[in-house]
Amino acid sequence: MNENMLRIENLTVRVDNLQILKDFSLNINKGEVHVLLGPNGAGKTTLIKTIMGFKKYKVESGKIYFKGEDITNLSISERVSKGIGVLFQRPPEINGVKLSKLLSVCDQKRSEFAKEASENACDSDLDDYMNGLAQRLKFSEHYLERDVNTGFSGGEVKRSEILQMMVMQPELLLFDEPDSGVDVENVELIASVMRELLDRDKVPSKQEKSGLIITHLGYILKFLGHITRAHIVMNGKILCSGNPKQIINGVMKNGFEKCKECISCIDPTEKFNEVDFTL
Amino acid sequence: MINKDKIVDDIDEDIDLNEYKIEDLKTSKTYNSEQEIPNDLKDYMKKVGIEVDSDKSGIFLQSGNKLDLCVSNVQGIELMPLKEALKKYDGSDGKLNLQNYFWKAVASDKDKFTTEVAINEITDGYFIHALAGQKTIFPLQSCLFIPPFPGLKQVVHNIIIAEPGSQLDIITGCTAHTGAKRAIHLGVSEFYVKKDAKVSFTMVHNWTETTKVRPRTGIILEDNAKFFNFYVVMSEVKNLQTNPVIKLIGKNASYFGQTLIYAKGGSYYDTGATAHLIGEGSKAEIISRVVAVDNSHVIARGKIIGDGKDVTGHIDCSALLLSSTARVDSIPAINAQNPEVTLTHEASVGKISEENIEYLMSRGLTEDEAINLIVSGFLDADTSPLPPSLAEETRKIIDIVSKSEMG
Repeated sequence: MNENMLRIENLTVRVDNLQILKDFSLNINKGEVHVLLGPNGAGKTTLIKTIMGFKKYKVESGKIYFKGEDITNLSISERVSKGIGVLFQRPPEINGVKLSKLLSVCDQKRSEFAKEASENACDSDLDDYMNGLAQRLKFSEHYLERDVNTGFSGGEVKRSEILQMMVMQPELLLFDEPDSGVDVENVELIASVMRELLDRDKVPSKQEKSGLIITHLGYILKFLGHITRAHIVMNGKILCSGNPKQIINGVMKNGFEKCKECISCIDPTEKFNEVDFTL
Repeated sequence: MINKDKIVDDIDEDIDLNEYKIEDLKTSKTYNSEQEIPNDLKDYMKKVGIEVDSDKSGIFLQSGNKLDLCVSNVQGIELMPLKEALKKYDGSDGKLNLQNYFWKAVASDKDKFTTEVAINEITDGYFIHALAGQKTIFPLQSCLFIPPFPGLKQVVHNIIIAEPGSQLDIITGCTAHTGAKRAIHLGVSEFYVKKDAKVSFTMVHNWTETTKVRPRTGIILEDNAKFFNFYVVMSEVKNLQTNPVIKLIGKNASYFGQTLIYAKGGSYYDTGATAHLIGEGSKAEIISRVVAVDNSHVIARGKIIGDGKDVTGHIDCSALLLSSTARVDSIPAINAQNPEVTLTHEASVGKISEENIEYLMSRGLTEDEAINLIVSGFLDADTSPLPPSLAEETRKIIDIVSKSEMG
């Protein structure tokens, strides 16, 4: 069963008159988790913001399909309503809007999109639900009463972002550097929630969620279980795709520059195995 | 339509107070209890947070220049019409002499509006007096209502005295009937907060697009006195000009003022506060949050004068401009007259950033929903300095007002 979740076809994107993505293509099926590696400025964040439909990211050519539907020209909220969720690397501070308020809005939106009544019928249910989630992420209740991202540390930003994803429960999750600026203990904490959100602990036939993870270092990947495929992005293009272990090891050893020559991954001791479901 | 390049003095010059009339007060009658208040008047009061039938320490209602109702339920806190208070507190037998509190916090010759209030002998206002050490449990309420009487001049003079160690919580709502045309509201309020006393004052205005409003407020704070001032206005108005003057004469006196304005239609607002830090260690914080839409024009001022030793003051004027035909002038001013002062200010005027809107849209909100969430968050009052019952009440009022005015 290779049901398609996200398909990007020959995407060329401009930001402020600068071409960032060039003829970029990517395919992610239902139940798959892909990782995108690449140096700064390669176009990774641009890809995520283009998938979301941010205004500054102008699609010059190419198409984005979500579950077979062309979403290239939909608004951000329409894309989200169809089941796309995103964890930003550096989200803005929203003064005056408390995290608890934003989470309740997320909950309201999730049930609206699912066309079902909220599971949290009354305010106290919602409070209990939010507090339960916050505890899981080691946030105190007081924390939820702070303004969104205002004065948050790097780790707090990521935990707040993933908290919102826990409420939204999207089918396709885009993670932009989920581990940058996060201390070691919290990387494991975030990774454990990511596993849950991505159905990683279920048997493959029950894995319904898909994910695209952008990372610099790949440290968090250690805790995420099976990754379907890894891609190296450089200069707005996918340079190579393949077995995550092989590619990550190659990059760790030799850096991205060697990828240009495509010699990093040539290692006879590692076998390429696309259907590796070991956790 | 107001010429946007005019300064407020010109706007005041346009007002000829002789063109406005005071209604015939001879035929008027006063109600004896809350139950007698007509329902339509109650509805107007609700819009500014005044609920007649709820638990309150006392209530003072005035329509036009006529007293509707004055009830006081708490021992140790007096609430009565100012004229009556003047007779009671004449200084005889060692009693307070109220004459000593007339025009001491606001100068009677400050401008033509205070002069009008000073020379007017037939109009009234309220007197609130918290006796030494007394505290209100529920807030006192006062409501000034402009009835549908064309060209009405509402002239009010209030005096509030908090004796040493007392605590007063007051909610004031000023509102106008939708049929009130070309009315003017002149309101002088003088606050005297004595040693260790604390006053929390929440004021909500709800006017009509033809009303002109000139409140004149003076506050005098003695040693350790505290004043928390919340002012919320989200309705249309013709023009409104107010700039309470706070004199912190006592040691360690403190003032915290927060103004929330949602300006719409062709409204013109010139609002601010001036704090004069005289007493050693006194401090003041002046915060304003302005959202301007449609063709509105808002001037948000704040001024702190640091005179005393070790005083601190901060001004924060932030504004969101949501229309290309609206205008906001943000004018913070700090004036140090002693090297041992710490005065700071920040001011900003701008639109909502695209980044913030898109971030919220990525959680499924539409663009309009995202803007509304940001605007209501921006206008969210910090009620933490208020006593719990008034904080809750204030939040409730802001909620009611913003829902009805911001749509």
